[in-house]
Amino acid sequence: MSLVNFTTREITCKIVYYGPGRSGKTTNLHYIYGRVPDSRRGRMVSLATQTDRTLFFDFLPIDLGQISGFSTRFQLYTVPGQVYYNATRRLVLQGADGVVFVADSQARQLDENLESLQNLQSNLLEHGVDVRTIPLVLQYNKQDLPRELILSAADLDDALNFRDVPSFSADALHGLGVFETLKAISELVLKKLAAGTAA
Amino acid sequence: MTNALNPKYSFDTFVVGSANRLAVTAGHTVAENPGAAYNPLFVYSGSGLGKTHLLMAIGQAAKKAAPLLNIEYMTLDEYVEAFHASLAAGQGDTFRRRFQNVDVLLVDDVQFLSNRKEMQSELLHLTEALQVAGHQIVLTSDRPPPEIADLDERLISRLSGGLVVDIGLPDYETRVAILRRKAEERGARFAPGVLETVAQAAAGNVRELMGALNRLVAFQAVNDTTINAETAKQILGLGSGAAAAAPGDGGAKPAPGGGADEFGDFLADVTVTVGKAVEAWRARVGEAVLRWEGEGYRTQRLEALLEEDTPASVDKAIAGFTKDVERLKELEAEVAELDPQAAGESVFRDPERLSEAEKAAAKVREGAAPPPGPSAAFPLDAYAVGPSNQVAVSAAHAVLEKPGKKYNPLVLVGKSGLGKTHLLNAIGLELARGRRAVVACLSTQAFIDELITAIDGNRVDWWRARYRRATALLLDDIHLIAGKERTQEELFNLFNLLQDKERQLVFTAPAAPNTLTGLEERIVTRLEGGLVAEIKEPDREVKRAVLERLLTQQNVTPDPTLVDYLADRPADSVRTLVGAVQRVITAAAAGDGPLNAGLAREVLEGHAPRDTRRSSGFRTSGLVVSSLGGIKSREKMVWEWADVSDRVIEEFR
Repeated sequence: MSLVNFTTREITCKIVYYGPGRSGKTTNLHYIYGRVPDSRRGRMVSLATQTDRTLFFDFLPIDLGQISGFSTRFQLYTVPGQVYYNATRRLVLQGADGVVFVADSQARQLDENLESLQNLQSNLLEHGVDVRTIPLVLQYNKQDLPRELILSAADLDDALNFRDVPSFSADALHGLGVFETLKAISELVLKKLAAGTAA
Repeated sequence: MTNALNPKYSFDTFVVGSANRLAVTAGHTVAENPGAAYNPLFVYSGSGLGKTHLLMAIGQAAKKAAPLLNIEYMTLDEYVEAFHASLAAGQGDTFRRRFQNVDVLLVDDVQFLSNRKEMQSELLHLTEALQVAGHQIVLTSDRPPPEIADLDERLISRLSGGLVVDIGLPDYETRVAILRRKAEERGARFAPGVLETVAQAAAGNVRELMGALNRLVAFQAVNDTTINAETAKQILGLGSGAAAAAPGDGGAKPAPGGGADEFGDFLADVTVTVGKAVEAWRARVGEAVLRWEGEGYRTQRLEALLEEDTPASVDKAIAGFTKDVERLKELEAEVAELDPQAAGESVFRDPERLSEAEKAAAKVREGAAPPPGPSAAFPLDAYAVGPSNQVAVSAAHAVLEKPGKKYNPLVLVGKSGLGKTHLLNAIGLELARGRRAVVACLSTQAFIDELITAIDGNRVDWWRARYRRATALLLDDIHLIAGKERTQEELFNLFNLLQDKERQLVFTAPAAPNTLTGLEERIVTRLEGGLVAEIKEPDREVKRAVLERLLTQQNVTPDPTLVDYLADRPADSVRTLVGAVQRVITAAAAGDGPLNAGLAREVLEGHAPRDTRRSSGFRTSGLVVSSLGGIKSREKMVWEWADVSDRVIEEFR
């Protein structure tokens, strides 16, 4: 997908929030949605079951307006976390410029995190994308839970962050770390954009 | 060094206030009279207060005042790196000498000298040397010399010996002035009071000031509104009475820590990143301009790009430019080989005139026909070999086996008509078979004539280049060079050049070079330096071979008695022999009889003067009648009656 279009002067970034079910991807998007002025956000599309589980995907377009003469848009997507929606995940992942991997910090969820991370890798590969080259940040969500239930950011880094990408502790429900994560992934994506146009 | 002076950092863009006035004045003085006052000049200040700017401004101003000055700007780290690199390469002395020749040396960030004993002593020596030579040195640091940890006492006194000035924090007015100037540079307008607010709030470090300004610029750009002082305070997170408007819906609680405008922050952040990303093209264009300009190419096409706001395809343009330059380089290299004079033309340095360059190259290519080559009429297999020319032929074969390595030069010596030219051309033909071979094979007379034409047409360079390209040079009748001083001079140079490159040289001459007159000694010794191979009068074997070939060429089956007869006849050269055969063949064709020994005897010895048509023709054209009744030219008389003994043999028959 074309990231920077010098002719139409548009920058469009597609960022996908990935992670195991119930790790807080949609919560991230909700929080962001809540902070974006009305005029700047599109309608958040969320296809959810009655129990609020993402069935298909969430989509939040953000219009950042004119930046350096470029009309800049971010499109934030989440994937359904449950294992059996892999086809959807792969579809959403198509053309992603950056991925935020939202991990569930709860100790008992570690295996799910790992599994989802592997799933991300294989789905990217299906699209011919190497997980080592795509901008990726990790978010360790639910760090607000009691200490005894969760792994520390350092532990999670050891367990998940073997590529040494930026990682953030977060409490998406209350917004802690949400924008930090978004900023980090945006920066990575935009930097790659600069490099990409140079190529 | 690695860092060029950034033109952005000049005195013109340096905002002077009370805190930096002294430093700036000193800088001006130094730039106007490098080495005369305040040497060394040592400027120190906290970071972000303009040390580097001042340093570069001094360099620029000095360059402007005296463009010939050799000015070097570098950070200490670069200096250290370069020093280490040169030490590693065993070039320590060269490195020192290089810096001692610098007229104005600007060294940034000297504080990193801490704990670097060897660099300290190196810098000490350099400072001494520059001072003695009256060259200026300007240094900056974030602290005065005595406070640089672990600095050699001698260096401290040396560095403090000139003038040590500091740049303080800019006062409020200077801050406002800086902000105004920067806002203007960015084309940003602010409501009255905004910049003042920033100036009041920001701590004073100019970099922080810029950061604050950038956020405001970004905010304004994104929101398309002009912000006021109050909003500015909010944006900068300064304490303000007005409650921050927290956009909040979607059920999310305000973020912990009270980040009122997380989105605004995010936006500012993205703005900066995008700015960098899309402005990155400028850097790339700038780099390309610097690079190609440095190599001497005109870059107005790229410079025009910089004028635009956001050109459509920068990288394509750069790639296109690079491609054009590469093509120019190719053309230039090609032309340089053919005609060095033409390669210097400016058209080969301007990508905008690529088509002209192509045309110019085509013209040169056209004009630069390769030097005259060997004649195809003299193949090697047609060369008759016998004891009389055995030495020359085997030398020729040796030359063909290892061109330029064994007998270089090879000089074929012999009287006229012995086949020197044939052998020369044959060698040329064989050499020309090689890949990429350019064989120059011509008569010395042609060589001289070409040179004269070249001198006449002011194309001597072209002429030289043409021969210098040759992988072998073969000149027939080298003795003709006698008395031609310029040709001898040119040949001498060409000779040396080609011999150095192990390219084969072959010459022919009527006699050994040292017996020729009118040749310069240096040419003679060079000709003698290779192998001088003599071709003697043709022996029977050679003659037979020549005869058989000639007769076969005429579609005549050689009659053995004819061949024997002719081969036994005396002939001092192959040419004589060929002449005789031709006469016999012509006679046979004219109906004098079958082509055999009898006819030959009749024709050559004049026993049967039956050819009335020919005799009438000869009589009227200066030919004499022999006593034997045959009609022969004077020349032929000599051929046939070469010496008495031969004649006796003939009569015995």
